[in-house]
Amino acid sequence: MTESKPNDYKSDVKPIWCPGCGDYAVLTALMRAFAQLGTPREMIAIASGIGCSSRFPAFLNTYGIHGIHGRALPLATGTKLGRPELTVVAVGGDGDGFSIGGGHIPHAARRNVDITYIVMDNSIYGMTKGQPSPTSPEGIVSKAAPYGSQERPLNPVLLALAYDTSFVARCFSGKLKEMVNVLVEALQHPGFSLIQVLSPCVTFYNTYEHYREITQPLPDAHDPGDRLAAMALAMETATQYLGVFYRDTSRPLYSQRFEEVQTRAPKATLEDIFKRMIV
Amino acid sequence: MQEDNPTIVIRVAGEGGEGTITLGDLLTRVAAYSGLEVYSFRTYPAEIRGGQVMYQTRLGLSRVMTEGDEANVLVAMNRQAWLDERGDLCQGAALIYEATVDIADDTHSHYPVPAEAIAQSLDWPIGKNFALLGALTWFFRFDPDTAETLVRQRMQRHAESLEKNLAAMQRGYAYARETYPEPFPFNLAAPGKPAERILLSGADAMALGALAAGCTFYAGYPITPATPLMESMARYLPAFDGTLVQVEDEIAAINMAIGASFAGRRAMTATSGPGLSLMVEGLGLASMAEIPLVVVNVQRAGPSTGLPTKTSQGDLFLALYGGHGDAPRFVLAPDSVKDCYFQTIYAFSLAERFQMPVIVLSDQAMAARMETTPLPGTPWNGPLERITPTVEELKGDYRRYAYTENGVSPMSHPGVPGGMYLAESLEHDEHGYPDQTPQTHQRMMQKRANKVEAARQMLADWRMTSRRWGDRDAPFGIMGWGSTRGAVREATQRLQSYGIPVEAIYPHTLLPMPDSAIADFISSKRAILVPELNFSGQFGRMIEHRYYHQLDELNVHIYQLKKEQGVPLKVREIVDAAVSMINNERQQWEAKHGEMARIFEVVAGLAHNTGGRRD
Repeated sequence: MTESKPNDYKSDVKPIWCPGCGDYAVLTALMRAFAQLGTPREMIAIASGIGCSSRFPAFLNTYGIHGIHGRALPLATGTKLGRPELTVVAVGGDGDGFSIGGGHIPHAARRNVDITYIVMDNSIYGMTKGQPSPTSPEGIVSKAAPYGSQERPLNPVLLALAYDTSFVARCFSGKLKEMVNVLVEALQHPGFSLIQVLSPCVTFYNTYEHYREITQPLPDAHDPGDRLAAMALAMETATQYLGVFYRDTSRPLYSQRFEEVQTRAPKATLEDIFKRMIV
Repeated sequence: MQEDNPTIVIRVAGEGGEGTITLGDLLTRVAAYSGLEVYSFRTYPAEIRGGQVMYQTRLGLSRVMTEGDEANVLVAMNRQAWLDERGDLCQGAALIYEATVDIADDTHSHYPVPAEAIAQSLDWPIGKNFALLGALTWFFRFDPDTAETLVRQRMQRHAESLEKNLAAMQRGYAYARETYPEPFPFNLAAPGKPAERILLSGADAMALGALAAGCTFYAGYPITPATPLMESMARYLPAFDGTLVQVEDEIAAINMAIGASFAGRRAMTATSGPGLSLMVEGLGLASMAEIPLVVVNVQRAGPSTGLPTKTSQGDLFLALYGGHGDAPRFVLAPDSVKDCYFQTIYAFSLAERFQMPVIVLSDQAMAARMETTPLPGTPWNGPLERITPTVEELKGDYRRYAYTENGVSPMSHPGVPGGMYLAESLEHDEHGYPDQTPQTHQRMMQKRANKVEAARQMLADWRMTSRRWGDRDAPFGIMGWGSTRGAVREATQRLQSYGIPVEAIYPHTLLPMPDSAIADFISSKRAILVPELNFSGQFGRMIEHRYYHQLDELNVHIYQLKKEQGVPLKVREIVDAAVSMINNERQQWEAKHGEMARIFEVVAGLAHNTGGRRD
């Protein structure tokens, strides 16, 4: 394995993000994780949908596909199944992942497809300038909700656990070192991993101070093999725990299942199939 | 029945869930294995159980081109079948029906069979359709051993019911042989050993075409009537080291296929109208990011949920124009079961070579039907490869979306060192990085559009782009697309047998249109009939719009035959519309010139007796 440096993974494109945006920390953390693992650049494919954080693939000089809103997971799944040796990462925001694309998460979890999904959750629609998102707190006031929003926020970690996602974690952009460690683990996890990163939007909903106050590492005693305990910790919202909530490495990989199906299917050529149709 | 190719049209009708479709399907197979040519059609309600279903099959001695208009033989499982179908029978039809059904009629010949009683006597109430199959085997003088072999094949996974069904079939056969020993009025002496043929469904034809083209990835969501294609792919794809995913919705289907194609696979998805509506945004992505993709759309009658199990050609505009912001794609229209196989291969060839989405339009009638057809020969040795960057290009400054003359730029794939790039749905520069300057946008739009023009020029030399037959340069033309071709072929033959000179053309690539072939066709015509299965006449409108100047200059008139009833066009409807078109032209001519032109003489003689004619 060749020695890699984080900046080896950086492209020449300057991020469009506002100075201070939480997403810079995620970009840095992911490049550090790749460097730590020494993953060759050409073996990495990053898939994303639409939103500030979804512009991510352009800032890396790996392979990337910047698709349409909400569809990072189907794109990533197709890419992984198309070439199982690749390291495939899906990235995006809370609107892309939990609103328009919310229907894809349970199915990625069911399949346990071997991709790492990083959701940069700023609890606001940043690119469209500050509308409530599916993780915004109830009553948030914005131009699109001048009298306060009427909906309760989703709990992404609890949802992922309910879907039986085989690796579930939460990070915070203010805790870079911890995030690198979680991402290294997630990239190595055999199966579908979902990482919610609390990644504040400095322009429309600056939550840095708030998260510094309410986040803390998961209790040392927490066993990531215990899904019920993970759910109980996820349900604590006054304190937002950071770290790996849940990990199950016992499940077979999706691509392995297809290989198994291919070995079970009776081999046939096109000529064989046509011959069976002769009347 | 026409003399040159005598055929028998058999219609089997009954309640869904009492084995009506199984009966029609098995009868079709027995006929095919007995050496006859077959062509089937089925229509059923959207519910699995309940509601009347109908299966029509047409048997012939040489290639059969449509399911036929009126039935020669009605097999009625219940009284409703008689009530529904009695208006659509030819004169002197044979009625084969469950003996307890009361049919007051003295214009047809009657062949009641106590199928229910036979089934009851075996303590096997659901064996009624097999008792009728046995009787039909006798009536058409098929070999009962052939029938038994085919039933065994079909029922092999239901061992417990196989023997009961076979017993019902044997008793039905014995009853009919004893009761009706005289020759059945509709019978075709099976020819000696015919040429090697296969019995192929439209859905299977497309699946096998995809495999022949090297497709190794399929993502799809179940939808009537496209599901049989997915099921065929599920069965065959693993044997070709391929991967099939049944996804959560059509949006996932198209995006997953795009992801797999981005990774280097030949990928496809298939759906029907509502699914294609959901895929429209994904089509734009494949077009913008220049990712090869094949999308099969098995059309059903719309709008909205519409008539899910009924056929239509109503998605033409959606396929051609659906989506925001000028996203180029190709649209192909196979016109027979066999053509479904070849057009699917061509679809992959176009997708891969031009790095674009290709939509292939089939429909319920064509996907669900079975046709005997010659074995396709060596399928395809044309180019199917994506252009990938050379070693030299990868060493230098690789530009994924490099401007080229024909718009096609070498495409790298994940895993290839030096080829890293961003497949971008935003407007982008040659490297794929977002670039929204006016110059780049205009130039990239042109680059993507150039691929369609490059394909049009390339395809002009291919035979696949259109099919033309009839009297060369006849003044009267028929122009259609897709699965209506068989009916139009038979209609042109009938018109010719009346002495009317007529020529027809069926383009196979609807985008890009084979303009030179169409222009040549139009140039010799006075009037052209455009028959199609949709309400607004989408193809006719497209033809009028696209060839407006030529039509106007040469004073060629377009007549439309529009039908949106969920069922295929009948030959008679096309013949009637053609005759009425020619009469209309004749009247216009006479009003202008005060005399009849010679080309109208034949039609003038026919004018009074073709309306509602039943052949």
